[in-house]
Amino acid sequence: MFKKYDIIVVGAGHAGCEAAAAAANLGSSVLLITMNMATIAQMSCNPAMGGVAKGQIVREIDAMGGYSGIVTDKSMIQFRMLNLSKGPAMWSPRAQNDRMKFAEEWRLMLERTPNVDFWQDTVKSLVVKGDRVAGVITSLGIEIVAEAVVLTNGTFLNGLIHIGEKRFGGGRTAEKSATGLTEQLVELGFESGRMKTGTPPRVDGRSLDYSKMEEQWGDPQGGRFSYTNIELPTEERCCWITYTNSEVHDTLKEGFEKSPMFTGRIKGLGPRYCPSIEDKINRFAERERHQIFVEPEGWNTVEIYVNGFSTSLPEDVQYKALKLIPGFEGVKMFRPGYAIEYDFFPPTQLDLTLETKLINNLFFAGQINGTTGYEEAASQGFIAGINAHQKINDEHELIMKRSESYIGVLIDDLVTKGTEEPYRMFTSRAEHRLLLRQDNADIRLSPIGHKLGLISDERLDVVNKKISNSDDIVRFLKNTSIDAGEVNSLLEELKTSRLTQSVKMFQLVSRPQVGLEDLKKASKALTDYLNKYNQDTIQQAEIKVKYESYFEKELEIVGKMKKMEDQEINPEFNYNHLVSLSKEAREKLMKIKPRTLGQASRISGVSPSDISVLMVHMSR
Amino acid sequence: MTTTDTIIALATPSGSGAIAVIRLSGPDAISITNQVFKGKDLAKQPSHTIHFGTIRDGETILDEVLVSLFVAPNSYTKENVVEISTHGSKYIIESIIRLMLKHGARAAKAGEFTLRAFLNGGMDLSQAEAVADLIASNSAASHQVALQQMRGGFSNELQNLREQLINFASLIELELDFSEEDVEFANREQLKHLILQINKVLSKLIKSFEQGNVMKNGVPVVIAGKPNVGKSTLLNALLNEDRAIVSEIAGTTRDTIEDEMTIGGILFRFIDTAGIRETEDIIEAKGVERTLAKMKQAKLIIYLVDPTQALQEIETQISELQHLEIPSVFVVNKSDLLSPQQTSELSLLDPNYISAKHKEGIEELKEEILQKVNLHNISTDDVLVTNVRHVEALQRTQDSLERVLFGIDNPVTSDFLAMDIKQALYYLGEITGTVTTDDLLDNIFSKFCIGK
Repeated sequence: MFKKYDIIVVGAGHAGCEAAAAAANLGSSVLLITMNMATIAQMSCNPAMGGVAKGQIVREIDAMGGYSGIVTDKSMIQFRMLNLSKGPAMWSPRAQNDRMKFAEEWRLMLERTPNVDFWQDTVKSLVVKGDRVAGVITSLGIEIVAEAVVLTNGTFLNGLIHIGEKRFGGGRTAEKSATGLTEQLVELGFESGRMKTGTPPRVDGRSLDYSKMEEQWGDPQGGRFSYTNIELPTEERCCWITYTNSEVHDTLKEGFEKSPMFTGRIKGLGPRYCPSIEDKINRFAERERHQIFVEPEGWNTVEIYVNGFSTSLPEDVQYKALKLIPGFEGVKMFRPGYAIEYDFFPPTQLDLTLETKLINNLFFAGQINGTTGYEEAASQGFIAGINAHQKINDEHELIMKRSESYIGVLIDDLVTKGTEEPYRMFTSRAEHRLLLRQDNADIRLSPIGHKLGLISDERLDVVNKKISNSDDIVRFLKNTSIDAGEVNSLLEELKTSRLTQSVKMFQLVSRPQVGLEDLKKASKALTDYLNKYNQDTIQQAEIKVKYESYFEKELEIVGKMKKMEDQEINPEFNYNHLVSLSKEAREKLMKIKPRTLGQASRISGVSPSDISVLMVHMSR
Repeated sequence: MTTTDTIIALATPSGSGAIAVIRLSGPDAISITNQVFKGKDLAKQPSHTIHFGTIRDGETILDEVLVSLFVAPNSYTKENVVEISTHGSKYIIESIIRLMLKHGARAAKAGEFTLRAFLNGGMDLSQAEAVADLIASNSAASHQVALQQMRGGFSNELQNLREQLINFASLIELELDFSEEDVEFANREQLKHLILQINKVLSKLIKSFEQGNVMKNGVPVVIAGKPNVGKSTLLNALLNEDRAIVSEIAGTTRDTIEDEMTIGGILFRFIDTAGIRETEDIIEAKGVERTLAKMKQAKLIIYLVDPTQALQEIETQISELQHLEIPSVFVVNKSDLLSPQQTSELSLLDPNYISAKHKEGIEELKEEILQKVNLHNISTDDVLVTNVRHVEALQRTQDSLERVLFGIDNPVTSDFLAMDIKQALYYLGEITGTVTTDDLLDNIFSKFCIGK
């Protein structure tokens, strides 16, 4: 019934969809197996993409030819650029999305992608021949043969849903869990663990009183994730903010004795930065209120996502507490919040390509690796899809560097350090975050996408033009003077010191208070000159002028670390022979098998003196 | 642990010898030396050549030296190597090394030259293994050692301030990564206050290093005065030996003579100011200039005059000396030749009268010297930092913190503040142990309620 596929992708969430699309676009024949064709690219949790650090990841995926940015743009109902009051490295795009449209757009894009086939079924086990994966066996008993397999099982592996004292198997609300696969992988020698996450209740928007809440609109000028010119919606939907109070907290506390969190029924470790409401009340008892974001689930649906109220307390307690929140007095619940426990495989068992060290041609991506978040999952799927294709075609593997992308930071962190709790990206995880900006993801990464064949010549041309045009603008600013008389009243208005003589425009734009847009008001020459350039290019030039010295400093640090990062280590090296290494370092190095000295230096338990010893031995 | 930077260390055994050799290795070894070397342009000289010149800190001449050049790969480490032969004074050595650190060199860690030699293929493995063992044994628990080396409760204080700085670093990260959430932000005034506090402690530690250096290497004393007033004779009288060449002809002192002696339990290091001369017919003006440069290094100046000098000239020079703001002792030599009128005129300047030749008034002068340097209330217990590497780390921490302060007072956004705070923590980490991103995140998650 089935031909032999190049690659089978198991699971059609954010990771699975990106993996399938990337591998297919590279030319592999791909079979995407999902338990339910109706829930492809389902947003299991909040109906939003991006945010601080995560928005940068979506831009990176887009810059290399992934689909997440395009789908997000097509389905957004509100856009905001977060952190605009901070430096450009912190600017982070975030969108609220229409949940149903998001899933639909993903499915349609996959359907339009040549080489992607679909099959609705559950994978029960892998076919493994020797140390190599050769296909899958489904719950219908079908064996499907493939060169490589990408597992993106999300929260489905032995998923266990908790609502108060009730618990039942499930991968997502109203969906079955997947059993059998974990057990087989453990038998093959994989180490597995248990994690936990949660989601808040969904409610009927018609039952809420928005007059008691604060409105939260998007940016008036809108914005986008994709570097392609997707047409953006002309309207937006409002979100609201309201707060819990001590009565809400007291009511929730009544349910604590039935909370699976506190009674110890939940064994998995949850994310500290995405705590349930009961966790917040319990750990931060001194806080009198917590913020609740009221987010519409789409353009037309009345369903509302109660962001900030993730909970696994009994549904009646959830309901009673919700009603005490301002604006929620008459609330009708659609679905209760719940917690879910699921299996994951500590990602230190992976190589930097996301291939497992144990079984050749088997790749893991997404929550199965202990991460959380759509963006984190999508980026791993994208890289796993690419590397699966490259591997079976004997092409170069794709390893992203920490100094060039958040995706590189993400994968290196996972593979090198592992994770105890669901891993989410933060900008502070990136040592070179000043360079990893949403405004330059195309400049950083489109050449890589182009080399792979995922970015067209036309798209690369656009990027190259952005680079050369923004350089031209910088040169213009460096060479063009402006008179004190022309600009002094503007400078006063902007509360920065006046000029006594004419200066180059570059000097003025270097001032934190003065923007190119401002300066245009004072100089017709500048206005005329900038007319021929698009906003993206002008902004790029302005960022270069304002922050050049910081970027240079950062690049210098990157340069200093480069030697370590480029110093390769044979992965098969036997560290046990190096008696001058500490015992812990030897064990860790044998387990992680770092690719470079830089990676070795990030393994916890490997000290600088261990690295010195390695340097001595490795550089023969 | 990279070999893209340039390292520096004293290559000869520490302790006073006639000469000492300071070695730099790394890509910038020559350019760093060039910045402070007055003589030929070293960048243009061939490998394996030796050059005479002076090492200068701004206008101040630290020493006259010989520089040997070894251009990569023809050197011990296979990198650019510069060896500077200086006079064997601890003070000069330390000054030159610190000057080089300021210009971009990094203090070498134990065995690092050898390590580089190995990494660059200049050594076989058995030699290198010995080096590796050395490094491993040296850096294990080195932070502990560093902290133990700081006495007098400062290590506790520093630890405590560091904790607070980590807290602020977390708060800044919190602002950046969780700006959408209902969280408190870092109070800039408090941060400023903390940084000032930390800088105060850092300054104290850095200053104690200088003090410690004085304790260890002797208080530098310059004997200044016109030629032939008897500087060398005074030095000999103080040292009680014929060390300097003494003659009646002005300018016969041809070596920089540094001698050490203990007065009242304190080590003094006397610098005779005639200095090294390239030729004998150098004009006197140049000698004066050099003397002034030497004076600036001193902690005490003995200003020597004799009865042949005009009172007006003496007064001008004394007022010039006061501009240097260095404690000074005014000494009139050849007191046996003074006329009564001169004695009464000079008495307004409250001089010490001596006859260096006849060894009169020397003991009284020693008393005066002791009082002026006012060191007897410093005991070795007050010395908190003794290691050049630690001082370097402390100074870099302080530089980063200065940038944070600048950032707070100017419209610099918190992501850039974070960069400088992280740098500060990084350098401080060389003494107290490193802080990782995970540490910051742990701090955030344990202290702040975040997450939707």
